This record gives sequence, C-alpha cells and structure tokens, in this order.
Amino acid sequence: MLKDQDRIFTNLYGQHDWRLAGAKARGIWDNTKKLLEIGQDEIIEQVKASGLRGRGGAGFPTGLKWSFMPKESDGRPNYLIVNADESEPGTCKDREIMRFDPHRLLEGCLVAGFAMRAVAAYIYIRGEFVNEAIHLNEAIQEAYADGLIGKNACGSGYDFDIYVHRGAGAYICGEETALIESLEGNKGQPRLKPPFPANVGAWGCPSTVNNVESIAVGPEILRRGADWFAGIGRPNNTGTKLFCISGHVNNPCNVEEEMGIPLRELIEKHAGGVRGGWDNLLAIIPGGSSVPLLPKEICDTVLMDFDSLREVQSGLGTAAVIVMDKSTDVIAAIERLSHFYKHESCGQCTPCREGTGWMWRVMQRLVSGDADLEEIDMLINVSKRIEGHTICALGDAAAWPVQGLVRHFRPVIEERIKNKKAVKAA
Amino acid sequence: MSQVIATGKAFEFTPENVEKAKVFIAKYPEGRQQSAVMPLLDLAQRQNGNWLSREALEYVGNFLNVPYMRVLEVASFYTMYSLKPVGKYYLQLCRTTPCWLRGCDNLVKVCEDKLGIHNGESTEDGKFTLLEVECLGACVNAPVVQVNDDYYEDLTPESFEALLDKLAKDEVPAHGPQVDRLNSAPEDGQTTLLEKAGDA
Repeated sequence: MLKDQDRIFTNLYGQHDWRLAGAKARGIWDNTKKLLEIGQDEIIEQVKASGLRGRGGAGFPTGLKWSFMPKESDGRPNYLIVNADESEPGTCKDREIMRFDPHRLLEGCLVAGFAMRAVAAYIYIRGEFVNEAIHLNEAIQEAYADGLIGKNACGSGYDFDIYVHRGAGAYICGEETALIESLEGNKGQPRLKPPFPANVGAWGCPSTVNNVESIAVGPEILRRGADWFAGIGRPNNTGTKLFCISGHVNNPCNVEEEMGIPLRELIEKHAGGVRGGWDNLLAIIPGGSSVPLLPKEICDTVLMDFDSLREVQSGLGTAAVIVMDKSTDVIAAIERLSHFYKHESCGQCTPCREGTGWMWRVMQRLVSGDADLEEIDMLINVSKRIEGHTICALGDAAAWPVQGLVRHFRPVIEERIKNKKAVKAA
Repeated sequence: MSQVIATGKAFEFTPENVEKAKVFIAKYPEGRQQSAVMPLLDLAQRQNGNWLSREALEYVGNFLNVPYMRVLEVASFYTMYSLKPVGKYYLQLCRTTPCWLRGCDNLVKVCEDKLGIHNGESTEDGKFTLLEVECLGACVNAPVVQVNDDYYEDLTPESFEALLDKLAKDEVPAHGPQVDRLNSAPEDGQTTLLEKAGDA
C-alpha cells in the first residue's frame, strides 16, 4: 500500500484549508520559481522520465504530448487547455482536486504552461460543477494577488494567465476537439484530426489539452524527482493514481493509491469490501463506463493499471471502479449506459447518432427478454459498425460496454430470452 | 424553431451583469468574443429566472455581435440551458449506472408520489421541476440530486423526502453528503491521509 508520505493529493477529502494559506502549508507554491528554472525542455524530459501517462482515460504519455508543442512561435500564441469536463460515469476525482486542492492544479498549469511555452491556460470545467468553479476562480484571484500567476509569475520573468471556462452539460466536450469547439463558443462537435490541436487548436493556435489530474501532479514530480514517481507502480504504469470506487461496496470513496494495486485489495482496503463479501461480487467496470466490464473471476486477480487491464480486454480509463454485486441485473446496468451514450452522442456522425439509439432499443428488449436469440449477434455486429467508424471515440465508448456484456454474460441474456418465450408459449 | 418561446417582453442585462459580461469577454483573445456565448447565456439565464426566452437569446447575440442562429445552436445543444420556464427548485436527478446501483429509482418514485411529477414535468405551483439527467460526476456519493447549483449526495428516499419538505417551505439545507461523512472519504472513516499532516 502506498505510504501517506507518497500521496500527492493531501487534501483529497477537504479535511484542510483549500485556500492559498492552507495550500502553502501543504507545500504547494513552494519555490515554484526554482521548478521553472529547471528549464522548459528539461521539464518535459523529466515528465517523460517519470513515466506519467494521461489521467483522463487514454493513457497517452504526458511528456511526449507536451513535446509536440511548437518551441518557436510563428506569431501564434500557444495555449494550455485543462480538461475538467469530468463526465465519464463513475468518475469523480477531478472534482475533488478543484474544490479542495485548486492551487495544486494552478501551480501545475503554470509549470506545464511554461514548459509548453503557453501564454495562458483555459480550464474547461463541466457546467454542473458550479461550486467547484467558484473555488477555482477564488484560488485564481488569490494566485494573481500573490504574484504567483500573471505578469512575472512567481518572479520567474514569465507571464502566464489562467482562466476558467464553464461548460453547460455535454459529455462530448470531454473529447479534446469538441472541448475546443465549445471553448470557441460553438456546439461541442469533435473535429477531424489531423490537424492535431498541437498544430491547430483553440482559435487556430497550437494547443494541448490535458486532464486535471495529469496537470496537477506535475510540480510534485519535479520537486520529488522523476525517479520517485517512476519508482511507484510497475514499468510503463508508474506513479500514484486517484481511484473512484462506486456502486455495491460498503464504503464508496475516492482514494489515491499506487498504480498496479490489485483490484481486490483496492476495494477491500479502502471501500470496505464488496457488499455481502467478495464472493457476492458479480462484475466490475474497472475504468469508467466506456471500458468493458469484468466478471468476478478476472477481478479476483487483475491489477489496476493500463497494461494489466488491457490484457483482459478492458482498460484503466479514468480508474473509476463501478462494482456490481450479485443482486444486480447486469443487462439493465449496461442498458443504462447505452441510454447514456445515446443521450450524449453529438449527432455529427451517422453510425454513432443512429447506432447508439439502435443499440439502446435492443438493449431495452434484452432487459425484458423480448428479443430473439439472433439479435445478440446482430447487436455485436452493429456495435462493430459503430466502433472505429466515427470522428471521435464516443462511438467506440458506446460499443465497448455492450461488447463486454455479451462477451462475459451471454448465457444470462440467452436465458432471459428463452424464459420469456417459455412464459409467452405457456 | 418552435421550441423557443418568445415572451414579448424585452430582455437586457442589468448594469451589474453588463459589467460581468465584459469581464467574461475579456478572458478570450481579441476578436474571439463568440467564445463568451456560453458564460453570457448562463448569465442571462440566471437573470431571467433560470430559463432563456427568445428575447434573451437575441440579446446575447446582439451583445456579442454573433448571429441569432449561432446562439440558438449553442443554447439548444447543451442540456443546462433551459428554453422553457423551470420551477424554483430545479431537481436534476442522476439516472446513470453508478447512481442507479445505489437506488436512484427510489428517488424518482419519491418525486412521483410526493410531488406528483414525472421526468420533465413541473409542479403546478411552479416550485419544483424534475429532470432525470446523466452522470453528475459525484459517483462515490451516489445517489445524487442537483438542486439548482448544489449537489445533495448519499441520498435515501427518507432524506430526499426530508429535503423536499424543507424546500417546499423555502428552507435550503446544507448541500453535500446527507449522511455522516466527510465528502468523498469512506463513511466508516479515512483509510489514508491519517498522518497528522498531509501538511508536510
């Protein structure tokens, strides 16, 4: 288990003061100027060396992403954009950072923005997080007043602004190009890539979009050293991670743990175990709604990191662990997710706009059993025609939970259909 | 489009909101004032009793020198903009899987039984509107209902009923977890961050 001294998010539960004085007492903004003196390229090298992979779901190496930003300006400014549109079902970690540790995020913005030669950071926060945005804005005011950001930030000679942009209720705006569209005042509909945001992003300028948690851990990595971060977890899956444990556990909670912690240990140590005991476990969605669920026998041994979960055809995603005990109608649990994706499809690509609704309607009939057995294969077939055939990954995200359900619980679906037919025939 | 309601009454920002709007616009690069359409719609909605009339949409467009259709596109795309009046207490009840696993259906039933309203409906006195929404992002505190700006978490049918009773009397109780619990920490007590500091 991770030691408290290795935890980064020391105010995860709001047990301390979130304002500037409290933040400084926890070591935030401690000689940040010295971190900047490491130098722009060297900061990026150190983040690469730490092995940090993006905490927003895809797990792309953060340092590598930063290195894509132009080092020489062609006249256009660079921007850092922080993705705080936390909306992936199961996920509620960035909310805690923003309301209880906002200065950790702001310091991270300065360090990352400086490394990428950005003139400003825009933090795109989901609209429902009204109170979290208030904390963030107040922290920004404190940081300006204290000379930590703005002109000559932290006495470094570097000028850097931070702004908050509130969303208004659209899951799709967590997709980076949809987020940029929204930031520009448009409907949040994803753009084709290329060009990638690092070349043509917000307002046509080079931009990098990073998750809140990825940005917030940056200063601690530099302070304690890339080796420290890389020494936690397993190779290629390093560092600490915020996990959100929801659903049928005795004590749902957020917790910071090391990457690669066994799933069972995570739940039993921190969430009070599965309701009714581990043997009462049915299935777990290990990384937010977009990743396929895992039946108990895989949960018994799987480790919580990118590569381990990929090996079992699922994913770490946002590390949002949704636990379902044996009382769960697992078909209905996934049908709810199908409704979610139907609701959140932006409507731009036909396979997703039409396909998510189609899948949801079939899923509804699988819940009631009013279907034919052949429709199970037809559902998978349709899901494959959505997956990979859309501009953004929402189509994939809608397809995977359904595929996971059929992969692991086909007998349950078949039994329900057969039972329903038997009842009708009787 | 028929979904937009014209009231016949002019809309304009209060002088205070004009100043706020200018601050929003100044956040974005010069000439990119369209970026401020979202914060200005939010500002207009708050001033207008939590919904956006055709006049409010037109006003925001004129304020930013953006065509009405661009404003309508945005206002109709995002779920948080209401294009028709909503109750004084806007109940946004999360229906997605993590809240469903923790019993959000029971909360829907409370609304139906107690307030007599279903998804998308308002009470006749204009006090409550119920909308079933997708994931609110507070899943370890499920089930969650957002009342106007605030999250009420870890609800049970009983605590939700008590909340509605208070709101009916225009008492607004403290938001956050409705059980004895520190935010998103385990209800039985923290398992981490136990060393005095965290302040180290």
